[in-house]
Amino acid sequence: MLGHLDPVMLSRIQFAFIIAFHILFPSFTIGLGSWLAVLQWRRLRTANSAYGDVYHMWVKIFAVTFGMGVVSGVVMSFQFGTNWALFSDRAGNILGPMLGYEVLTAFFLEASFLGVMLFGENRVGRKTYFASNIIVAAGTLLSAFWILAANSFMQTPQGFRIAKDGRLFPVDWKQIIFNPSFPYRFFHMVTAAYLTTAFAVGGVGAWYLLRGRHIKQARIMLGMAMIMAIFVAPLQLFIGDSHGRNTLKYQPEKVAAMEGLWKTQRGAPSIIFGWPDQKDEVTKYAIEIPKLSSLILTHDPEGLVRGLDEWPRGDHPPVPLVFFAFRAMVGLGSLMILTGLTALVLFFRKRLFDTRWFQRWCVLMSPAGFLAVLCGWCVTETGRQPWVVYNILRTEQAVSPVNGATVALSFCAFVLTYAVVFGAGVHFIMKLIGKGPGAREKTYGSRGLDQPVLITDPASEKD
Amino acid sequence: MSQIPLVWYCLLFIALCLYVFLDGFDLGIGILFPFAPSEESRDLMMNSIAPFWDGNETWLVLSGGGLLAAFPLAYAILMPAFYMPVILMLLGLIFRGVAFEFRFKATRSRRIWDYAFHFGSVLAAFMQGMILGTYVLGVHVVGRSYAGGPFDWISAYSLMTGMALIFGYALLGSTWLVMKTEGATQSWGRKCASYVLAYVAFFLAIVSISMPLMEPRIKQLWFTSPNIFYLLPLPLASLGLILGIWRQLCRGAETSPFFMSLGVFLLGYIGWAISFWPWLVPFAVTFRQAAAAPSSQAFLLVGTLVVLPLILVYVSYCYYVFRGKVSQGGYY
Ligand code: HDD
Ligand code: HEM
Ligand code: HEM
Repeated sequence: MLGHLDPVMLSRIQFAFIIAFHILFPSFTIGLGSWLAVLQWRRLRTANSAYGDVYHMWVKIFAVTFGMGVVSGVVMSFQFGTNWALFSDRAGNILGPMLGYEVLTAFFLEASFLGVMLFGENRVGRKTYFASNIIVAAGTLLSAFWILAANSFMQTPQGFRIAKDGRLFPVDWKQIIFNPSFPYRFFHMVTAAYLTTAFAVGGVGAWYLLRGRHIKQARIMLGMAMIMAIFVAPLQLFIGDSHGRNTLKYQPEKVAAMEGLWKTQRGAPSIIFGWPDQKDEVTKYAIEIPKLSSLILTHDPEGLVRGLDEWPRGDHPPVPLVFFAFRAMVGLGSLMILTGLTALVLFFRKRLFDTRWFQRWCVLMSPAGFLAVLCGWCVTETGRQPWVVYNILRTEQAVSPVNGATVALSFCAFVLTYAVVFGAGVHFIMKLIGKGPGAREKTYGSRGLDQPVLITDPASEKD
Repeated sequence: MSQIPLVWYCLLFIALCLYVFLDGFDLGIGILFPFAPSEESRDLMMNSIAPFWDGNETWLVLSGGGLLAAFPLAYAILMPAFYMPVILMLLGLIFRGVAFEFRFKATRSRRIWDYAFHFGSVLAAFMQGMILGTYVLGVHVVGRSYAGGPFDWISAYSLMTGMALIFGYALLGSTWLVMKTEGATQSWGRKCASYVLAYVAFFLAIVSISMPLMEPRIKQLWFTSPNIFYLLPLPLASLGLILGIWRQLCRGAETSPFFMSLGVFLLGYIGWAISFWPWLVPFAVTFRQAAAAPSSQAFLLVGTLVVLPLILVYVSYCYYVFRGKVSQGGYY
C-alpha cells in the first residue's frame, strides 16, 4: 500500500511545511535585527537606561529565534537536492550561484557576528559591539535579497536560454537577478518582516501596560511599534498594490485565481467574498462590487481582465487556496492600517498609553504579521502552480527519484521534530517575555548567571 | 580545457575540509557531553563553543550550496542517493542546534536539552560517517539520476565508518577542551583524548586497508609504483601524528594535541580525495561532467575569490575575540 504514495504530492507538502516554518523565523529576525540596532543607537545616544533594558530583553529572544531560523534554514538548503533533484539538475545553473552568493555574502556574516553580538558585549568595545549588531542586521537583509532574487526568478524567469536536454543556461546575470517581480517582492517581504516584528513587539508592550508592569520599557515597545504601524502599514498597501499589478502583467492567471475570476470580461467586478469551486469553475455565493477589479487592476472601470478560462484546465492553480489566502493577507494588512490610524488618533488625544481596549486590541494583533506572511507566501507559491519555474518547468517534473513511502516517513519525522523543538522554542520565548525587561533573573548556566559564563567579568557582576 | 571546474573542485574540497575541522570539534563536544565529570564542566564545554557553532555549521551550508552551484548534476544525484541519512543528519543538527539556546533558558527541562545536544550530535556525526562509507562503496546511477534503492546506505561498511567518525570527532572535541579549559575539565578532556585516540588509530587502520581491497581502481592507484612512493608518506605521517598526539598528551601539552588531531583529519581527507580523483559521484560522474555552465561557475567564482578571503579574516577575528581559556569566572 505504501508503494502507491505519490512522491510529488508528498514532497510538495513536506516542502511547504518546512518553508512555512522557516519563514516565520526570518520574518522575525529581519525585523528584530534592525530594531535592535536602533535600540542600541538610542542607548548610546541617550541617558535613558530603559533602552538598554529593552535591548537586553529582546536580544535574548532574538537569539532563540535566530537559532531556530538557522536550524530550519539548513534543512531548506538540502531540500532542493533531496526532494527536487530534477529541479536542481535543470535549474541549478541559475539558482545555484544565487544561493551560493547568499551563503558567502550573508550567512557567514550573520553567523560570525552573531557570536560577538550575543556573547561579546564585555569583550569588545562599544563601537565594535554596535557595529556587529549592524552587520548582523545587514546580513539578514542581504540574505533576503539573494533568496528573493532566486524565488522571483522562479516566478518571472528571464535572462536565460533552454538547452536541448531541458536545462537552463544563464545568458545575462543582471536580467536574472533583477527580474521583473524581484524589486516588488523584495520590498514587500522586507516591509512584511518589519511589520511582523512591530506587531509582535507592540503586543508585548501592550500586555505589560495592561498588567501595569515595566511601564517605562513597555511604552518604548508600544510607541516604536505604533510608529511602524502608522507609517509602514499604509506603505505596505501601496507596495502590495504595485506588486499585484506587476503580477497581472507577468503571471495573469495567478491574479485571476486571487480574484476568483473564471471568465475574461470587461468591467470585471471585485469579489469581496465567495466560494470558488474548482470543479464547476464558478465562484459561488459571491458578494461583489461591480467594476472594481477592472478599476484596481487596469485603472479603468471598463478595462479588460483575463479570467481563468483563457488557460487550459490543467494549468490552473488551486484556486480556493490562493483566493482565501489573498483575502486573509489583505484583511490583516487592512487591520494593521486601522491599528495605525487608531494609534495616531489616540496619540493626539494623549491617550496612547492608557487606553485599555486599545491595549487589548494590540495584544490580539501580535500574531497578525506572522499570519499575513504565511498567507502571502501561500498566494505567491500556490498561485504559481502547476509550475515550479513559471511556464518553464512543471512541479511534477522537478521531483527526485525517491519513492513515496520514503518521503512520507521523512515528512512524519519532520512534523514530530518541529512540533517538539519549535514548541519548546515558543515556550522559552514566552518565558522570556514573562520575565520582562530589566529582570535580573538568572538565565544562563546551571548556577544561574545572568549572562553566559564566558563573558561575565567582574564589572558586570556588580550592577 | 577551462580550468574553472578544477578551481571549484579545490574550493569545495577546502570548504568541506573546514567544515569537518570546525564542526568536528563542536560535534565532538556534543558527543562527549553527558560523560563530563560535573554540571560546571558541561556549562564550560557548551560555552567554549556557543559563539562559534553557527559559523561552523555555515561551512556545511557552503559545501551543499557550493555543490549545487558548481556541480548541480552531482548534487542532483548524491542528495536523493543519501536521502535518509541526510534527513537524519539534519534532524540531529536541529536538536543539537537549538540546545545551545534552550539549555540555558530551561530550568526543569535542562536534562532533556542536554540529551538533545548529545544525541543530536551523535546522530549527525554517525550519519556523516555513513554517508562517507556509502560514498566509498559507490552510487548506482542511470542516465542523469540516482537509480538505487532507499536503503542502499545501510551496510556493514557504512556502519563502521559511521562509528569511526564519531570517535574522530570525539578526538577533536576532547583536544579542543584540553586547549580551551583548565582544571578538572581539562584533565578529564586529556583522559578522554588518549582513550579516544586508540579507537581513532584502530578505525583509521581498518579504513586504509579496506578501501583498496574493496575497490580495484583505488588499489591500482595506491599500489603501483611509482605512486606508492609518492603516497606512502601519507599513512606514515598519520601514524607519526597519532604517536605525536599521544606523547604530547602525556607531556601535558595544551594546544598541540588539537592541531595535531586536525593534521590527522587533513591527511585522511587528502588520502580520500586522492583515491577518488577525478570522480565526484564515485565511478559514475567526474567533476568535469558534473560542472555547471561555464558562465555559472565563473559568475560565482568572481565573488568567491573576493569574499572568501574576507570571510576567513572575520571568522578568525571572531575566534580571536573569544581567545584564551574559558573558565567559570570569566575568559581570563
Ligand atoms: C526573506 C527572507 C528569507 C527567505 C524567503 C528564506 N530565508 Fe533562510 N534565512 C533568512 C532569510 C530568509 C535569514 C534572515 O537570513 C535567516 C533567518 C534566521 C537566521 O538565522 O537567518 C535564514 C537562515 C537560513 C539558513 C541558515 C543560515 C546559517 O547557517 O546561518 C539557511 C541555510 C537558509 N536560511 C536557507 C534558506 C532557503 C534554502 C530558503 C528558501 C527556499 C530560505 N532560506 C528562505
Ligand atoms: C519563505 C517563504 C516561502 C513559503 C512560505 C513558501 C511556500 C511554498 C508553498 C506553500 C509551496 C507549495 C505550493 C503548492 O504546492 O501549491 C511552495 C513551493 C515551492 N517553493 Fe516556496 N515558499 C517560500 C519561499 C520560497 C523560496 C524563497 C524559494 C526558492 C528560492 C521557494 C521555492 C519553492 C519550490 C522549489 C517549490 C516547489 C515545490 C512545490 O511546489 O511544492 N519557495 N512554496
Ligand atoms: C495591505 C495590503 C496588502 C496587499 C494589497 C498585498 C498584496 C500582495 C500580493 C498581490 C501578493 C502576491 C504577489 C505575487 O503574486 O507574487 C502578496 C504576497 C505577499 N504578501 Fe502581501 N499584501 C498586503 C499586505 C501584506 C502584509 C501586511 C504582509 C505581512 C506582514 C504581507 C506579506 C506578504 C508576503 C510575505 C507575500 C509573499 C511574498 C511576495 O510575493 O511578495 N502582505 N501580497
